[in-house]
Amino acid sequence: MSVPLTLLGLLEREPRHGYDLKRDYDAFFGRGKPLPFGQLYSTLGRLARDGKVVVGETEQGAGPDRKRYVITEDGATEFEAWLREPVEAEPHLQTVLFAKVVLALMLERDAQAYLDAQRAAHLQRMRELTEVKRSGGLVDALLADHGLFHLEADLRWIDLTAARLDALRKEVRS
Amino acid sequence: MTAAIEARDVRFSFGSTPALRGATVEIAPGEVLAVMGPSGSGKSTLLHCLAGILVPDGGEVHVGGQRIDTLPEAERSALRRDRFGFVFQFGQLVPELTAEENVALPLLLSGVRRREALVRARGWFDRLDLAGLERRRSGELSGGQAQRVALARGLVSEPEVLFADEPTGALDSLTGEQVMDLLVGSARDRGTTVVLVTHEARVAAYADREVVVRDGRVTSLTPAAGLP
Repeated sequence: MSVPLTLLGLLEREPRHGYDLKRDYDAFFGRGKPLPFGQLYSTLGRLARDGKVVVGETEQGAGPDRKRYVITEDGATEFEAWLREPVEAEPHLQTVLFAKVVLALMLERDAQAYLDAQRAAHLQRMRELTEVKRSGGLVDALLADHGLFHLEADLRWIDLTAARLDALRKEVRS
Repeated sequence: MTAAIEARDVRFSFGSTPALRGATVEIAPGEVLAVMGPSGSGKSTLLHCLAGILVPDGGEVHVGGQRIDTLPEAERSALRRDRFGFVFQFGQLVPELTAEENVALPLLLSGVRRREALVRARGWFDRLDLAGLERRRSGELSGGQAQRVALARGLVSEPEVLFADEPTGALDSLTGEQVMDLLVGSARDRGTTVVLVTHEARVAAYADREVVVRDGRVTSLTPAAGLP
């Protein structure tokens, strides 16, 4: 999963202190693997260097935790582009798909349109693998099958998530 | 190019329960289209409206440029018999008939003489890997064999459009794949347009394109190739 883009998404919601950002990240995306402070601040440092975030007002007696980070127009543009774009269809994408859906709902973007685009990308890849099966030998077919079953599992998750968007929207926006 | 089938803003209700709420879809000649969607989304109802089995409450259905939803039942029935083929989830073979008689049935109903109909029917047994099963009755066939006989029956009259509603729904994965291979391969060889209703992505992946029916409407991210 892309930590920098997920952090940009959380900052798109509202400017945050580093500590709050980490808390949000861990609550939604950490799942047993909290984001280390070192990685958080090095990522924020790189995002600032690249002009994607700026450090807003710093409160007095400031340690690193007291800096407030604000997303820039460049950062927002990059995040939006990432959010809209379906990821390349390959197995084991659950964390990226999950992050995009949650962030889309959190920011009142069209999560259904994203899921539709992702579903189309997955089916296109499944068509390519099906053609490999139809035209290739048994070894190719077995390899293609492995990809097909995993993509199918993702698609089932996409369908189930689409059916639960309203409930999920309430949960992430509460 | 004229669409093989076109539905415009089709609406249909079962009593007071709406199944289609303005479904619009275009299918190019020779295209294999998968119609996907959750249970109860209206995908089978859409297939039945496209095939002239159900008459929509509103909207229009055109086949090869001809409007069919306003035709009287007798003409729609002739259209289904002469220009369409059908494959359903459970083969729905006639149990009293042999496999070859089942395959010949659409030809016999169209007035083809019995001897010629059976010769044409037998031609499909080799193509669909059914040789030797011509005289069996449906109770003596495995699920996969019965579904291939149903496929032969759907294709024997060389229809313009084959409608397949969950054709692999009752089969295991491997047998289902064999049926899909034969279905899509035979349709492509003859340029037959296929409307394939399925909720399974691995089955839909045999199609050229998919649309999704959701709450009685059609979502399509890719337009039919070659249509204006």
